Amino acid sequence: MIEATNLTKVFRDRKGGDIRAVHGITFRCQPGQIYGLLGANGAGKTTALRLLATILQPTDGTARVAGFDIREQPEKVRASVGFLSTATALYGRLTPRETVEYFGRLNGLNGDKLRRRTEELFALLEINEFADRRCDKLSTGMKQKVSIARTLVHDPPVMIFDEPTLGLDVMAARTIVGFIRDCRSCGKTVIFSSHVMSEVQKLCDYIGIIHQGRLLAGGSLAELRQRTRQADLEEIFIQMVEAAP
Amino acid sequence: MNLTRVGIIYRKELIDALRDRRTIISTIVLPILMFPLLTLGFGFVAGKSLQKVEREGSTIMLLGETNAPALAKTMRETDGIRVVAPSEDYVVLISEKKLRAAVEFPPNFEQETRMTSDKPPQVKIYNFEGETRSQVAVRNVQKVFDDYRKQLVAARLAESGLTKDVLKPFATKQENVAAPEKVSGNVIGGLFPYLIIFLCFMGSLAPAIDLTAGEKERGTIETILASPVSRLDLVVGKFLIVFTASIVTAVVSLASFALTFSLPFVVAREFAQRNPVPFDISVKGVASVLLMMLPLAVMFAAVLMAIGLFSKTTKEAHSYASPLMLLVLMPAMAAMVPGFDLNAALAFIPVLNVSLVSKEVLTGNYPWLLILLVFASSWGYAAGALSLAVSAFKRESVLFRT
Ligand SMILES: Nc1ncnc2c1ncn2[C@@H]1O[C@H](COP(=O)(O)OP(=O)(O)O)[C@@H](O)[C@H]1O
Ligand SMILES: [Mg+2]
Repeated sequence: MIEATNLTKVFRDRKGGDIRAVHGITFRCQPGQIYGLLGANGAGKTTALRLLATILQPTDGTARVAGFDIREQPEKVRASVGFLSTATALYGRLTPRETVEYFGRLNGLNGDKLRRRTEELFALLEINEFADRRCDKLSTGMKQKVSIARTLVHDPPVMIFDEPTLGLDVMAARTIVGFIRDCRSCGKTVIFSSHVMSEVQKLCDYIGIIHQGRLLAGGSLAELRQRTRQADLEEIFIQMVEAAP
Repeated sequence: MNLTRVGIIYRKELIDALRDRRTIISTIVLPILMFPLLTLGFGFVAGKSLQKVEREGSTIMLLGETNAPALAKTMRETDGIRVVAPSEDYVVLISEKKLRAAVEFPPNFEQETRMTSDKPPQVKIYNFEGETRSQVAVRNVQKVFDDYRKQLVAARLAESGLTKDVLKPFATKQENVAAPEKVSGNVIGGLFPYLIIFLCFMGSLAPAIDLTAGEKERGTIETILASPVSRLDLVVGKFLIVFTASIVTAVVSLASFALTFSLPFVVAREFAQRNPVPFDISVKGVASVLLMMLPLAVMFAAVLMAIGLFSKTTKEAHSYASPLMLLVLMPAMAAMVPGFDLNAALAFIPVLNVSLVSKEVLTGNYPWLLILLVFASSWGYAAGALSLAVSAFKRESVLFRT
């Protein structure tokens, strides 16, 4: 479960002016559902997701993630979250095994439990073949699998994906999309951001349209269609953005 | 702070650093090779050129040779002097280093030297001042003249019925009363701390930047920030690795230093015989210096990490660190200036204080009050630098600088 209340992030730009990257966002995502944050470049998606993952601190408002407040218990929040984005690279000089074990240990796993969890994930994601090669020697698809294993090692109830398919080829993107679906069927709370309409349309149970830091609308695709009287998500998006102040 | 997590981070960063070629080269390979290569290289070049000078001898020219036939003969027979035929362009030849020196005898030189006069004849020795091999030539020529002078003096004394003793009414003798460690401490007291300071800095440079700006550059910083580890644990774990690298560098290079001068390298030994440096430093002195270096190593590690955190790329970080290196090396070098000694005010200047106090300690002086001041102030700076690094790691504007 994720519940954001009036979540706000203001950055200082170089001249000392304010950039409202996230502006009073309120929403809720349920376990077993995929929430899609749809917005153009610079809309505030990354900032919003970094706030939820406690990588950044909110200027105003707050959120509860897996029952923990992001301001009060950031470490507990991070222990309950798997965070994957184009900016979360792997340590190139470590092997997949070392990587997954490292993040497992940081999440409090060790000994037999850690070994069993690693084996389980490596079998599931078919990593065994290259488990002891250095990550910087792996193909993009292999790296993607290792990243997934890294986010899953502590079996978090909440998954946060920031444009996870950005820059991936079709095959690697399919792996990710399939993986996001699997997370939903396991009953995890999933939030994911994208600027690709088709992806959001295919995957999401619930869609939030974000523009200039504000959440313009939220609802299932059916609800959004009803509200705008448009069939296509792209048309819905354009209409909403144009109607925004 | 969660020590278990700090330990996990330390272990991972250690593996990571051991697989980074740049870190290995700068913390282990370079310090091992530096002293042997320096001494071998220097000793080799110095030995070679000395041998060459000796084998070839100094090329000199005799002008007005007929005025001093006996001396000219001696010169020709002297090892290390090679006489070439006289020519007019000796000035040009000397300045072009084709000729090392030219000796000009005035008319009737040898006859006149046998008579006492209030205006003794003068020989001119043309040379290239400051040029080593020209000076060697001058020394060789002077030696021949000295012998000749002694002969003449002895003859004159004998003529007047006197012995050489009249020329020596009394004698002086110098005697060293300082302990041998003080003597050698003075010789290398400034150099030794300078090298250690330099190496500590160099040892932490690569890992400090790789572990901070390097993570930003490679996009792993967000991966680790999204894990449950606290930023304090993360920065402490990283700091400990950089500190380790700095200490390893210092220890490795000290060992290499000691081995280089104790192993019987042929050239190094030959070189050492020509330029005897008393390597008689006390263990207590070295241990004290290393102890004084600890806060410096902490400060370097922390400051370099803060710089690395602030930078977006490792390139940017290196461009900030290079001028800083000068800032560190200048005070470290200042300790080598003779007569520049520690006082209460200087005890508060970072880096300079440690290098000055090391000089004292290596010469066997233990000014306890000043030592305490230096130790306290440099730990103060170290703590300040460390808290700077920690707070940099907690600042979003630093970690996500755009
Ligand atoms: N660390 C930062 N400092 C200053 N401004 C930032 C920072 N991160 C993002 N921004 C600004 O905030 C706005 C939203 O950015 P972002 O959240 O990355 O959008 P998106 O992910 O939707 O493309 C942009 O105008 C961006 O320039
Ligand atoms: Mg983004």
